[in-house]
Amino acid sequence: MQLDLKEVEELAKTLYIRALKLLPRDVKQGFERLLREETDATGKAILGTMVQNIAVAERTKNLLCQDTGIPIYNVTVGRNVEFDGAGMKAAIRRGCARATTEHPLRSSVVHPITRKNEQTSCGPGVPIVNVDFDEREETVEIEMIPKGSGSENGSFLQMLIPADGVGAVKRFVIDKVIECGGRVCPPTIVGVGIGGTSDLCMHLAKIAATRPLGTTCSDPEGARIEAQLSDAVNELGIGPQGLGGRSTSFRVHVEVAATHITMNPVAVNIQCHSARRASAIITPGGIAFE
Amino acid sequence: MTHHTFETPITEQQARALRIGDTVTLEKTLFGIRDATLIAMFDGGRRTRFDLRGHAVIHTAPNVRKVDPRPGNSCGYEPVCIGTTTSMRMERFTRPLMERDGVRLIIGKGGMGQSTLDALRDLGGAYLAVIGGAAALQTTWIEAIEDVDFDDLNPESLWKFRIKHFGPLLVTMDSHGGSTYAQINAEAAARRAAVLAGIGVNG
Repeated sequence: MQLDLKEVEELAKTLYIRALKLLPRDVKQGFERLLREETDATGKAILGTMVQNIAVAERTKNLLCQDTGIPIYNVTVGRNVEFDGAGMKAAIRRGCARATTEHPLRSSVVHPITRKNEQTSCGPGVPIVNVDFDEREETVEIEMIPKGSGSENGSFLQMLIPADGVGAVKRFVIDKVIECGGRVCPPTIVGVGIGGTSDLCMHLAKIAATRPLGTTCSDPEGARIEAQLSDAVNELGIGPQGLGGRSTSFRVHVEVAATHITMNPVAVNIQCHSARRASAIITPGGIAFE
Repeated sequence: MTHHTFETPITEQQARALRIGDTVTLEKTLFGIRDATLIAMFDGGRRTRFDLRGHAVIHTAPNVRKVDPRPGNSCGYEPVCIGTTTSMRMERFTRPLMERDGVRLIIGKGGMGQSTLDALRDLGGAYLAVIGGAAALQTTWIEAIEDVDFDDLNPESLWKFRIKHFGPLLVTMDSHGGSTYAQINAEAAARRAAVLAGIGVNG
């Protein structure tokens, strides 16, 4: 299969807008679960309004949240796909800019030093395009994540040492959830990276934060910590919007990677309740949206 | 717990009547403000032509569409999606915004800190929580973008919205030292040791 760059550009545009408007099914189901389990009256009322907002966004074809986020594109290329890599990245960038100017969307992206906004959602290094490969025959999957900044500001890295043990990893997560309180727009998905190098650890936390609800860590030890922390954070009483209740998080997600004998790194990256993603799969048969 | 309907601007007495747990619906005018707006006003020394005395501001930067100026919409923008942002980043601007420009009500998400609480007490104001990430709903409470100042900072301009039944908003910080955030945070800190013990970790 030859990857058609015009198709990629259109898809980059469509997926950005689609992600901002339609919440994935697993997140909607997550809201239903939290509503069933929430006992605090304020917490329940806030969750109810969030669910109402999802319906209003669908009915009015509007964005769920005003924050158009930092655009992230995760591209997974399968076997026997011919593609121009640099051209693909440029096509994604054009699609991202066109979504911003043509919809129109708020450009939330500025130069980090001059703070200049190009009004295109693009800038040096943004949109973020991650490219990976898998075994699927003649398949390219593009996932778009508009990562909201309120929760992205809830990002932390600690280079713990082996003597601190796994207990310090868990304590770090609990303390960061307390520290963030309502600022990261709970109920959240708490992404936790354990291991790797400093940059890989942070990236693992982002993968964890943006993983669909209902999935579990592929590493059994990671999955065990994931289950423990998921219950624990909802005992803190922070609740929706930090105004009290059980529903601090939908779930804590953990991703792990091997690390050095001297190292014990942990990272936290938080996803707000507007846990937006959209993806599509390109095959010789056409484009299928998830 | 009382529900208040306020047409802006409001008086100091109205602001001081608010207690945490009360709810508020606003009518008429609401100003939108955030990081770059406040940095320009208080670090950059820019003054707005808007009279903010007694008014409510929401921490926001909207999605807007450019349209041809016409009667009733002279600034040339219409709303696409308008919600709120995390207020805590604007913490150091609460006092000057109230003191210099006379703002009484601050609307946002996630709450603010002690210096805001002190300013609300000293100057007579309140912080009202609007639900973050519920912008599609909140956009239906906004009738029009009436005017804009600092247009060069788009989307972080100083926006003037015409609103209808904007709320209910929850009073979460008041002029009597009450802060729902401080309460919840203290409770979470108090539960911390037991939560950690439950997963086999020493506090």
